[in-house]
Amino acid sequence: MSAEGQPATGPLLTVGQLTKLFGTFAACNGIDLEIRPGEIHALLGENGAGKSTLVKMLFGVLAPTSGDIVWQGQTVRIASPSAARKLGIGMVFQHFSLFEALTVAENIALSMAPGISLNRIAEEASALSRSYGLPLDPKAHVADLSVGERQRIEIVRALLQNPKLIILDEPTSVLTPQEADRLFETLNKLKAEGRSVLYISHRLEEVQRICDRATVLRHGKVTGACDPRRETPSSLARMMVGSDVAHVSAEGTSTRGAVKLEARHLSAPARTPFAVALKNICLKVHAGEVLAIAGVAGNGQGELFDALSGEYPAAIDDVVRIADKPVGTRGINARRLMGAGFVPEERHGHAAVSALSLSDNLILARSQSDRRAFLGGGVLGLIRQDAVKSATRRIAQAMDVRKSGDNPPAGSLSGGNLQKFIVGRELDRQPTVLVVNQPTWGVDAGAASRIRQALVDLAKSGSAVLVISQDLDEIFEVATEIAVISEGRLSDIYPAAELSREKIGLLMGGMHGKTETAETAHAH
Amino acid sequence: MRIELERRPEVSRLFSLLSPVIALALMMIFGGIMFLLLGKNPITALYSFFIEPLMEVWSLHELAIKAAPLILIGVGLSVCYRSNNWNIGAEGQFIAGAIAGSILPVVFHEWHSPLVLPLMLLLGMLGGALFAGIPAFLKAHLNTNEILTSLMLVYVAQLFLDWLVRGYWRNPGGLNFPETRTFDPVAVLPEMIASGRTHWGFGFAILAAVAIWFMMRYTLKGFEITVLGQSERAGRFAGFSTRKMIWFSMLLSGALAGLAGIAEVSGAIQQLRPVISPGYGFTAIIVAFLGRLNPLGIIVAGLVLALTYLGGEAAQLSLGVSDKVTRVFQGLLLFFVLSCDTLIRYKIKLVWSNLTGTATEGAH
Repeated sequence: MSAEGQPATGPLLTVGQLTKLFGTFAACNGIDLEIRPGEIHALLGENGAGKSTLVKMLFGVLAPTSGDIVWQGQTVRIASPSAARKLGIGMVFQHFSLFEALTVAENIALSMAPGISLNRIAEEASALSRSYGLPLDPKAHVADLSVGERQRIEIVRALLQNPKLIILDEPTSVLTPQEADRLFETLNKLKAEGRSVLYISHRLEEVQRICDRATVLRHGKVTGACDPRRETPSSLARMMVGSDVAHVSAEGTSTRGAVKLEARHLSAPARTPFAVALKNICLKVHAGEVLAIAGVAGNGQGELFDALSGEYPAAIDDVVRIADKPVGTRGINARRLMGAGFVPEERHGHAAVSALSLSDNLILARSQSDRRAFLGGGVLGLIRQDAVKSATRRIAQAMDVRKSGDNPPAGSLSGGNLQKFIVGRELDRQPTVLVVNQPTWGVDAGAASRIRQALVDLAKSGSAVLVISQDLDEIFEVATEIAVISEGRLSDIYPAAELSREKIGLLMGGMHGKTETAETAHAH
Repeated sequence: MRIELERRPEVSRLFSLLSPVIALALMMIFGGIMFLLLGKNPITALYSFFIEPLMEVWSLHELAIKAAPLILIGVGLSVCYRSNNWNIGAEGQFIAGAIAGSILPVVFHEWHSPLVLPLMLLLGMLGGALFAGIPAFLKAHLNTNEILTSLMLVYVAQLFLDWLVRGYWRNPGGLNFPETRTFDPVAVLPEMIASGRTHWGFGFAILAAVAIWFMMRYTLKGFEITVLGQSERAGRFAGFSTRKMIWFSMLLSGALAGLAGIAEVSGAIQQLRPVISPGYGFTAIIVAFLGRLNPLGIIVAGLVLALTYLGGEAAQLSLGVSDKVTRVFQGLLLFFVLSCDTLIRYKIKLVWSNLTGTATEGAH
């Protein structure tokens, strides 16, 4: 390949046999990838497929163990993000790196060469953001902005460097459908200017909609390179997962029973400056129902989970009721003893302790609810390891948890397998109420469908299930009822069949149901 | 050639056992080099430092006497450190326990009863626990840093003891020496074994170590300590309270340090003086880590560090070197223990050529 050959027709970026080893584990194993000028190229794959590792190598965050990166015909070594920016590679990370207390312009200035005046940056940024249809107020404080607006800062920040290639890591995972549409318009504009976009996602629908070509990764290897428009969602899924993904079946009748979980005008102040306060939340989950709570991340989902689980009890007893008994001031174990089970969002360090074995992690959730089976010795509280271990085996078998060894540390399991164990740990008790926050966040498709099926089955067997999720596909797969949380307020509850994605999108943006707006009108 | 650290896929059990042994060996080697530089024969020097104190019965008793407070305090600290509470003030709690326990034999010296000794021990534990309760309260309710508060309280305890033995508690018949009256025989902790001076403090230390080991290994309380030490959030999910754990671990370690204090005063010194500890409370921090925060390991580690105290005294006599050598060995040991712990999580790899490393060079 000739250096500086014909950048207009030759590939912009070619990656050859790129490999990254962490110890003996190959996160990326001989990856080949080619990005042409002016194309939107999708990088598809489940969590843990090696997508993030690959783009971190392209952006100079990680150094490859072996292999070549060829940029415009020249083999390059990208030593740091600033070297990547100099070449013309910009990146928008999934998790933003913004200072909430600073303004938009100040945040942008931090990534620019020193010595440029703040006013000039503000002017350039606002001009650029207008021309790409990404309106931004440079003087606004980041803390006051929505997630979509924060993402715009990151995109504008990347565009100010005039990059030839922009890498976007799961950009829509935090956006409402409407916000995502605007992002796609921007991407098409970039493409029209001859810039290339590397678009990382696991959402097949989006990829088919906007991407020209796709490279699919699985277990650190390329399993397919294709034109996504010529594929079907199921053929793409097969490349990602390696086998056909089972569909969640909601067939069979589930009869609606008594109210098992209820929140009555639940309010909670924000515990930290950047947390969300819960405002007057009312909800009822009947036996046999799956109530899904949709919403964009950071709108009070975690806080709602904390209040329902009792990890942070409320001040008034009557605001949370389980099986028609007030439990608002009771702790999490008291609520478990009344038949409730809880699955938090974060696996490591919340739902499980990574360094402890699976059986220890079983005790973590069930030391009190299964006191009789798991503890002996009266006040001494001796842990009956044999009973705990056999229950661990039972759960692993029921949920098909793949693990190395009989009782390995939780941290050694993949995200999907650990999540199956964490959900199975609650299902094993057959809880009458189950509250789950983001049940399949970062979980591979096979495990996700298994977990969703288990939630549906639990409701069918007569339990009340509350699922908090950002994933609309998941919500429509499992829910019988849907509500939307936005800025700590909950919308009315709608039967799942009556809601469209567009309606949910509007609710996510804060357009609440009529009754709610009337009640909170004074707040606006 | 260069040395690379490669992360192990799992924590190595072999090296978590071997690491203190390697550290001990390295301490010997570098200690030997130090003796060589001082112009002493390293073999005979190390022999008189580490072997000779073990050759005679009386000095074995001295070893047990010095190990007792180290083990008692170290075991309590291990509970604190495992639950993520950094009590650095065991030296102060040791002194507080010694003072509280001495109330009976000093102030009420005319009361002779078999109840005196058990009450003294209880008062000692209470004194240590209350003194540790100050940083516990400050951390649990005002969110202060327990490292600073517990450490600063050490100096408060030391100065309070100094003031007591020079003032109200000074022995009226003691020719103005700054010390209390010597304890009545009913207030003296008896010897454990007929052959020498080892008092029951050593027995308490072994008992405490075994009890805490049992708690950590088999009970829900031990599990709670482990979980809260690794993740506060997971502990909250399990229904465990961080605040209660601050109180539990601090009061427990304070009580054990207080017991060590009154046992040392009652068993070995039999009166209060301005200085009653050669830094047991601080050395016990090394003991806790050398013993891998495992109570049974702490028994061994306590004996090893007690040996450095004895060796220092012996080396002063037979080699004519300063007793600062003890500090040097303790420092070397802590340094090597902490460095050898790297081997538990990492493999050392010598890379002779750079064939495999070409692509990574740019990043360094």
